[in-house]
Amino acid sequence: MSLQLFIEQLLNGIQFGFMLFLMSAGLTLIFGVMGLINLAHGSFFMIGAFSASFVAGLTGNFFLAILASLIFPALIGIVVEFSIIRKLYERDHLDQVLATFALILIFSEATRYIFGAFPLFLDIPNILQGNILLPGEIVYSKYRLIIIIIGLFIALGLYFLINRTLLGIQIKAGQNDRQMIRVLGINISRLYTIVFAMGAALAGLAGALIGAIQSVEVGMGEPVLILAFVVIVIGGIGSIKGALIGALLIGVLDTMARLFLPIFFELIMETSQALSLGSSLASMSAYLLMALVLIFRPTGLFGKK
Amino acid sequence: MFKKSISTFILFLLTISYAYGDKVKVGMITTLSGGGSGLGIDIRDGFALAVKDEPNIEIISGDDQRKPDIAVQLADKMIQSDKVDIITGIVWSNLAMAVVPAVVNQGKFYLSPNAGPSLLAGKKCHKNYFNIAWQNDNLHEAAGGYASSAGFKNSFIIAPNYPAGKDALTGYKRYFKGSIENEVYTKLGQTDYAAEIAKIRASKADSVYFFLPGGMGIAFIKQFSQAQVDLPLVGPAFSFDQGILKAVGNAALGVKNTSQWSKDIENAENKKFVEDFQSAYGRLPSLYASQGYDTGKIIVSAMANASIKDIDAFREALKNAPTQGFKSTRGKFAFSSNHHPIQDIYVREVVEENGTLTNKLISSGLVDHSNFYVDQCKM
Repeated sequence: MSLQLFIEQLLNGIQFGFMLFLMSAGLTLIFGVMGLINLAHGSFFMIGAFSASFVAGLTGNFFLAILASLIFPALIGIVVEFSIIRKLYERDHLDQVLATFALILIFSEATRYIFGAFPLFLDIPNILQGNILLPGEIVYSKYRLIIIIIGLFIALGLYFLINRTLLGIQIKAGQNDRQMIRVLGINISRLYTIVFAMGAALAGLAGALIGAIQSVEVGMGEPVLILAFVVIVIGGIGSIKGALIGALLIGVLDTMARLFLPIFFELIMETSQALSLGSSLASMSAYLLMALVLIFRPTGLFGKK
Repeated sequence: MFKKSISTFILFLLTISYAYGDKVKVGMITTLSGGGSGLGIDIRDGFALAVKDEPNIEIISGDDQRKPDIAVQLADKMIQSDKVDIITGIVWSNLAMAVVPAVVNQGKFYLSPNAGPSLLAGKKCHKNYFNIAWQNDNLHEAAGGYASSAGFKNSFIIAPNYPAGKDALTGYKRYFKGSIENEVYTKLGQTDYAAEIAKIRASKADSVYFFLPGGMGIAFIKQFSQAQVDLPLVGPAFSFDQGILKAVGNAALGVKNTSQWSKDIENAENKKFVEDFQSAYGRLPSLYASQGYDTGKIIVSAMANASIKDIDAFREALKNAPTQGFKSTRGKFAFSSNHHPIQDIYVREVVEENGTLTNKLISSGLVDHSNFYVDQCKM
């Protein structure tokens, strides 16, 4: 295997990682601040992709579509937080799981009712089609490079938001002691709504960015949601830094395992068995990593004790 | 007044007893919600269209949500409380494997409008099980044959890591005369193929064959085209269906795919089917719809020749339907000894027609093609 191929695959892993980060950042914030397990987070991923596809079909403009993928999920997030989620904060986790699972079903069937059962079309704009030549003769997809760059900016933006703004201080305070910041006179329900809408918007953005290279269909959010949960367990629940590190770890590990495990097993066994075993083990790699982290650091890499 | 109501009453009794005489209850278990529901809806609609003029068929529908456990529950309910005679509709092989053996062992018929796992064609075949679509390997075998005749020498082949994926690549290799550059199994449901496409680009393959049904295929074709890898792509019809082409867009243009049906196969039955389907549902039919339609028509044909009360006679009528009035939308159609189709499998190309992407027949791949598992089936 050439060095170029290796670096290309590494970039693929990083790109996958940043996509997971967009999903898990919202999930971990919502859990950290409100103590809410939000299974419906994957639905916002889907809503983002569908709104982008709808707007792109209407206007033909990809950038408006991306804007829509931030705005629509955020608006729906605000409505849902106001009407349903708000009543769940004081309930136990099992009630939250039940209610947000119901939301998944409602969102999926509503989407199918509005847009039909067939996948929708969403393509990347012409200027982002094709590849770019990076230093060292590495051929890489322009669009995937853009996803990496957007992911980097979002990570920096969140870092700035949490550590340098008043809202960030309130979020951190909310994670530490909900009672206290209420006593200090901060409008906690407004803070909750903002955090929930922000999480929904990030998930929507991820859905639109990924929808353009995959298929925009009902139920597209759930597989990503499962991995996002793995990411926040590895990173430590409530930690944005943990979500970033966890997402990149999983992204690179998953890609590299898919690449190397079949080759590795071919050295020690017959080809057809090696291919099947290698790819099975590669699909398990993220969960194996999670199990390892749970054994040695039950609170995750950056979680609070 | 009194006379009139008496006569209405008698007429009413008459219709009931007539309807009771030969009424066939069909349980339609298929995927109607969530991922993959487009396929189930097409099968259901095609079936309903085929039997709409047959008043003695009653359809009881159930949504399996693509989950084996729910499909099994539905089958139990339909057999025990709805007392259905025939079950049909299942899209996915893993669901078929969970449902079919129980259904046929209780003396009911199962007519498959889609899934054709090798086990049900071979060792676990059953006299009450009929497949109207294909054996799982068939379209892949035709693709392997096409790739050889197109002069490809070295293929990169890719499928999900589950039984139907392995059947697919086995089928391709059975008829492909060249060598296999690399054989890759991906996770079922995987939608990012960056790593696999990078491998393809770095390989020495001269062609790529893929079996990635549903959203997986949409993702793969789009990413393959976006990566601008300059290799010919071949796939089975599943990834080039009407519903899928809309989502893939121009990335699919020119790709060759293999299918037992196409909307431009020329015969009266097919022409009528395509027109009726479009006017009834306002969209072009897919191959799933054609399979659902053929399944419905086979039942209608069997009902004309036997009563459902006599299981053995009805089974014979199903088996002989292709020679007793049933006309497939595909043209030639016969049953092999293990109750699977013997049919032509065509090569199609994705073209643009009046602004819509669709498929055009370019050649017949395999003629009168049966399946590999006939000898393994002892009925």
